[in-house]
Amino acid sequence: MESVQRPHRENLIHWAASRPEVLVLSADLTSSCEADGFRDAYPERFFSMGMAEQNMMGFAAGLAREGFFPYIHTFAVFICRRPFDQVAMSIAYPNLPVRLIGFLPGITTAGGVTHQAIDDIALMRILPNMRILECGDATDVESVLDVAQAIDGPVYVRMLRGEVPRLFDETKPLVFNRARVLSQGSDAVVLSTGICTEEAMRATTAVRERGLDVGHLHVSTLKPFDDPSVLEAIANARRGVITMENHSVIGGLGSAVAELMAEQGIGTRLVRLGLQDSYAHGASRQYLMREYGLDAMALVRALESLLTGPLGLTEQDLAGVRLETMRQVDKTEDL
Amino acid sequence: MEEVGIQAHAQPQAAQIRSVADAVRRRVLEHTLNNNGGYLSQACSSAEILATLYLGIMRLGSSQEPLVPRPFAGVPSSDNPHAFTGAGYNGPKAPELDRFIFSPVHYALVLYSLLIELGRLGPDALDAFNQDGSTVELIGAEHSPGHEVTAGSLAQAISQAGGIALARRLRGETGRVWVFMSDGEFQEGQTWEAFAALAYHRIGNIGIYVDANAQQCDGPMDAVMGIEPLAERLRAFGAEVHEVDGHDPEALAAPALGSGERDRPLVVIARTDPCRGLEQLRERAPKLHYVRFKSDEEFATYRTLLETLRQEAC
Repeated sequence: MESVQRPHRENLIHWAASRPEVLVLSADLTSSCEADGFRDAYPERFFSMGMAEQNMMGFAAGLAREGFFPYIHTFAVFICRRPFDQVAMSIAYPNLPVRLIGFLPGITTAGGVTHQAIDDIALMRILPNMRILECGDATDVESVLDVAQAIDGPVYVRMLRGEVPRLFDETKPLVFNRARVLSQGSDAVVLSTGICTEEAMRATTAVRERGLDVGHLHVSTLKPFDDPSVLEAIANARRGVITMENHSVIGGLGSAVAELMAEQGIGTRLVRLGLQDSYAHGASRQYLMREYGLDAMALVRALESLLTGPLGLTEQDLAGVRLETMRQVDKTEDL
Repeated sequence: MEEVGIQAHAQPQAAQIRSVADAVRRRVLEHTLNNNGGYLSQACSSAEILATLYLGIMRLGSSQEPLVPRPFAGVPSSDNPHAFTGAGYNGPKAPELDRFIFSPVHYALVLYSLLIELGRLGPDALDAFNQDGSTVELIGAEHSPGHEVTAGSLAQAISQAGGIALARRLRGETGRVWVFMSDGEFQEGQTWEAFAALAYHRIGNIGIYVDANAQQCDGPMDAVMGIEPLAERLRAFGAEVHEVDGHDPEALAAPALGSGERDRPLVVIARTDPCRGLEQLRERAPKLHYVRFKSDEEFATYRTLLETLRQEAC
């Protein structure tokens, strides 16, 4: 399985070539958010707004009211936390087509608590009119702009940068409000988002070899959250549902699934993997994924507790099914 | 619908603007009496600024909206094709016409009253003020008459206006964007972010009128958080700044009337008196933000005052 270097950077340049109405606004994180290629290719459509996110949201709103499509590029924390009121009042309330492209989701950065967006999905989910997309691989990254651009209203995109694995066929783009069904199974179903999907693929492959009948869906639309295939998979999961997300278990995928199950009267167990109402700290992605229980082994343990008891799988067993997509953590990130 | 037409650069009579401003004061006072409450001091301070903008500065077309405001049509969403803004009261959008962005929407009553005096709203439009299901809201939002953006979280309108001005420049439009702000909004960091961006991107098709009445919710601004020296601060941020008597229509209009392209934002700091035209109000200082009469005696005093002002206007 391959990985792709900076898929968003190249894709944005090609994608925007035939879309003169698309603008990019950046807050001093242009190369860090892979918008430098766009800036160099279309300088008249690129606007450096400085480290001033509140004002940047207002400018984007004004540009959107006039028929342009502003693509905000900055770190997810600086979209969702600092200018929350501006996103809510200037952009979301009027349902303006501003696209908020948020980088460094969850614990993907060594930048520590200030740079780790562990609550961004929760914050964006509570805003009426906001739609939320999350990328899990290079194919998602390369197709998410088409999906975002087709939406009438504001969109928050949880984006990946740097070296990104290619988990899904290049010819099968991300589809709005449609999960990717990666495997069928009826003992339990795993719903994963973002970078957790690769870990979940390793774990589900390993437990399937041990005879477990586990389904796995990759969710890329977090709002709205009414995909019939997700509901069907949950309803068919005989012994439980596991969510796995690079985010707090409060307010993100786990909460969305819990709400769906409660509203549909689906009375089975739900295990939510993710940050357990905890901040994280600065360290490597692999270290943090293990420390906070976001890796393949954490999912194996959850499946064991839900279905079987100990399966005897070790880290080495999981390494054996390693998809070899993340050759190394991106150490050269600009913060 | 009454024709108002494009008025800018038509050398309006200062007397006409003064007359409209005084009518706005009377209407807001009348409303405050009838409802026992209103943003009265804001009318006193801003009446000439807003009247000068509409009658002497902005190039606006005729109102596109009914004299009786439409009821609220629901919040904007992809499922609601009926949502609208109140911008049509300021005329159509056209490349050569100006746009008006109203930032301190606590002044909504003042703007509605002015729109009535200008014939853009009907004489009974305030009957819907603060009534359930009405767009003539207490604190205006984008659906309210004369409003284009949702600005009640203060200091957000200047950035949105900056985006609109930038978009108009990108399209090569000649119309300008006028923003009305309150001085209290210069306590918000976003205002300064916005001025930095306007200057950095050389956005010169925007003009900002500031009602510097030195009052805010808690009382006098210097007892809450100072913003002076405002003119020097704004100049240091790269704006072209004029400080004028905010009750003098000619002084207010003069900075805006220069022709030629600008490459930086224009700011007119209008120094105003929150009790202008209603001396009685000074008794209530320093709390002037929202006026509610306390006794029958006070009611009677202000009713007599309103009658006197009406007779003077005849």
